[in-house]
Amino acid sequence: MSKRSLISITDLTKEEILRIAELAAYFEEHPYEPLLQGRVIASLFFEPSTRTRLSFESAMNRLGARVIGFSDATNTSVSKGETFHDTIQVISNYCDMIVMRHSLEGAPRYASEFSKVPIVNAGDGANQHPSQTLLDIYSIKKTQGRLDNINIMMVGDLKYGRTVHSLLQALSHFNPTFTFVSPEELQMPREYTMFLDQLGISYTVKREIDEAINEADIVYMTRVQKERYSDPMEYERMKNVYVLKNSMLENVKPTMKILHPLPRVGEIEQEVDANPHAYYFNQTENGVYTRMAIISYLLGVKK
Amino acid sequence: MTANDKYMEVRAIENGTVIDHIPADALFKIIRIMGLDQDSEHRMTFGANLESKRLGCKAIIKINDRYLEPAEINKIALIAPTAVVNTIRNFEVVEKHAVELPQEVRGFVKCANPACITNHQPVETGFSVMEEDGKILLRCRYCEKITSRFEIK
Ligand SMILES: [Zn+2]
Repeated sequence: MSKRSLISITDLTKEEILRIAELAAYFEEHPYEPLLQGRVIASLFFEPSTRTRLSFESAMNRLGARVIGFSDATNTSVSKGETFHDTIQVISNYCDMIVMRHSLEGAPRYASEFSKVPIVNAGDGANQHPSQTLLDIYSIKKTQGRLDNINIMMVGDLKYGRTVHSLLQALSHFNPTFTFVSPEELQMPREYTMFLDQLGISYTVKREIDEAINEADIVYMTRVQKERYSDPMEYERMKNVYVLKNSMLENVKPTMKILHPLPRVGEIEQEVDANPHAYYFNQTENGVYTRMAIISYLLGVKK
Repeated sequence: MTANDKYMEVRAIENGTVIDHIPADALFKIIRIMGLDQDSEHRMTFGANLESKRLGCKAIIKINDRYLEPAEINKIALIAPTAVVNTIRNFEVVEKHAVELPQEVRGFVKCANPACITNHQPVETGFSVMEEDGKILLRCRYCEKITSRFEIK
């Protein structure tokens, strides 16, 4: 078996991103494919995340692999003071791959430096969450029929939202046009706009959702968390500016889809759920196929 | 040549290292990270607030009978990118070169991100080195965050 880890979206080339999206489409057609019969995959959630863990474990099971691991680190040797290094060193002897989530940023990259088996990062603090980005990419490809020349509006917390940063990097291979809608306090960090400037990718910065939404192929909503605001009054004033309502969707492109990494806490009105542009729940289903694609690609059972 | 430079030259060393063109505010950092404050074995001279055409105000360090390892020169490069290291043998400068920014540094810089694994587990730090507008930026190889005002361990 090949040994390839996936820690950060920038570990993948454009061709590999496209290949994983193709494989996700394949697994959507073939959702039970026992390519990993007899293999063992460890699912190590040092930090709990039920949604991501179940999506990964569903993908592992659909591929026929056996799953071992833990869903939070409280009752493990980790809580008895064993170093992270030793935990990974030991568990990498038991399995063919480790999928891990950790609250400490950089833990998966560090693990990939000495683990005998590939590491898949299922989220490390505010840093990276590449399977989320790849499922966003697959959702865009599936709903738009292409990845090239996508017009995407990103709304909400663009400063701390790691999903928007990774998606921005992944889409940068495909000549996108961005509209960033956020309060000034939570705007897209300069290192990302500099990155776009260097690549000659165009973007517009806005403070509210306006008619630019009518040009968008994708509207990517994110959560605006109260604790991100230094001033709670400012939060109360701003929170409604970034809420998506049906009335904003009257003149959008017929093919436009709304994505959200979920869970949401009110930034999309409930009434929008029944709108044909809403796609955020289908997006979670795509997550399972995308994770089947990631695991089988990294283990080399599907090239 | 200013009077100060002349004064420094009077105290030329026979064998050892002269680190010149250190920005004045970097002198004490270099003394600390090179462990010169702990070194009682080698005789050394520090010159501060010397006039410099390039830097306005510079510092200089002379160390007798001690030569620098490449890793030490990398540390100096991060703190004092303008520094010049002279190797002296028998009162002659036998080697003189400007420090060069390394592409990667391992070990001696602390990551500024409190949530970084290197600040919680016994992990050697590592950074790729970038320069923007004359400012040195370090990107952590683990948490990927950029450290600009860095602390040297
Ligand atoms: Zn770090």
